[in-house]
Amino acid sequence: MNPLDVPPDPAVPFQPRSGRRGSGFLTGPFRLGTTPSATVGPYLAIGLTWPDGIWAAEEGTEGGIWIRGRVLDGNGVIVLDAMVETWQADPDGGFPSPEDPRGAASYPGFRGHARAQTLSGEFGIYTLKPGRVPDGEGGLQAPHIDVSVFARGILDRVVTRICFADEVQANAEDAVLRGLPEDRRNTLLAIPADDGYRLDIRLQGDGETVFFAV
Amino acid sequence: MGSLVTGSYRPGMTGTTSTGGLHLPRYLHEPDATRTPVGFPDYKSTGLRAPLRTPVDLPHRLTEITGPVLGEDRVTSQDADLTLRNGGEAVGQRILVYGRVLDSDGRPVPDALVEVWQANAAGRYRHVVDNWPAPLDPHFDGLGRVVTDSLGRYEFMTIKPGAYPWGNHHNAWRPAHIHFSLFGRAFSQRLVTQMYFPDDPLFGQDPIYNAIPAAARHRAISRYSLERTQDNWALAFEWDVVLRGTDQTPFETDDDGDVA
Ligand SMILES: [Fe+2]
Repeated sequence: MNPLDVPPDPAVPFQPRSGRRGSGFLTGPFRLGTTPSATVGPYLAIGLTWPDGIWAAEEGTEGGIWIRGRVLDGNGVIVLDAMVETWQADPDGGFPSPEDPRGAASYPGFRGHARAQTLSGEFGIYTLKPGRVPDGEGGLQAPHIDVSVFARGILDRVVTRICFADEVQANAEDAVLRGLPEDRRNTLLAIPADDGYRLDIRLQGDGETVFFAV
Repeated sequence: MGSLVTGSYRPGMTGTTSTGGLHLPRYLHEPDATRTPVGFPDYKSTGLRAPLRTPVDLPHRLTEITGPVLGEDRVTSQDADLTLRNGGEAVGQRILVYGRVLDSDGRPVPDALVEVWQANAAGRYRHVVDNWPAPLDPHFDGLGRVVTDSLGRYEFMTIKPGAYPWGNHHNAWRPAHIHFSLFGRAFSQRLVTQMYFPDDPLFGQDPIYNAIPAAARHRAISRYSLERTQDNWALAFEWDVVLRGTDQTPFETDDDGDVA
């Protein structure tokens, strides 16, 4: 047998038994470097426009609210080419995601995710107010929406949260909000409006929104 | 008794942390030395847009380890072929772009929505803001969508995008690139990025490319693939996208698949 006569690769990629290939060291974890982020640039509307993008909940769902706001740059100028994406729990605190270790939740008319551009001067998403979600340390988090902001001039998404100014008790118990100084905490609190809530996102400068490293 | 979980990720394969009765994975952070910073001085628009304050650490809890399920219903079979639009064929060098979506643990990410957009062969986007003097192509809109298969693989047919000028500095040109958007399974894995082509002479003067730390730039560049190049039809470029993983060791499972 010729030891150099190696058979061709199978059509289906090799699946390592352990779920990870070796690093060469028995104790070293195998890890791939992640793909570096890049800006969405000015033409994101070509690739990322969905007809149903802004609807985290179906139109007319009971309890539906609009959350609107502007995205502002360091001079306070409105950013017109940003995209805001949101992800949140349903009113019962469940997520429509198989990743939830409690099991995927299903809430009528609720998708949990919305995507809105700021061409009109502000973003607006239609959703349901999230319920409280366990914090994994025996407590409950305040109702919150995780937010990603993408734009020309931002090389990696920036992440923030929308919380609700009228949830005074829940906010006071929330570990994330409690960890922030008072004046910075306010940058995350959406204010009640006629048909929902409003919150501006300030990318930099005075009143810069709290952004999170996730 | 138990069998090892192998191959691709399954929902419920979690277990890095156990607090308050919940088993939550923790998505690993790419070191600063190999991740793109939010702002980069040579890319002028970052000056007033990139946040200046240090981001606050957010522990990964339920909202961060879950994510929307977005799949087949967002994609039609025509979405994987950008060369046939509006009843005709796009002008340009036809290319097959393919690869796998993986996490940093090496696991394929199946059933993942991949959205792409790009300029046409002349380097022009079909967008009102793009009006530099290069022709539009009536048969090219620059939008593609695909969902990864059970092994995390994706592929689409398109034309090679042209380079285009932009106002960042005198005689600034973007190297040819395709914009990619991916969700993964969790909010923490969300990624928007750009794929480049090998040996582009425009790399040196492009601040968006050079904002990527040198040690990671190669990860943004596709590889020319002779294997998948189609005789008399199209060149092929291979590009794997790696999302954040959770550094989990394999679990022993009962035969019914429950984590033991
Ligand atoms: Fe571009």
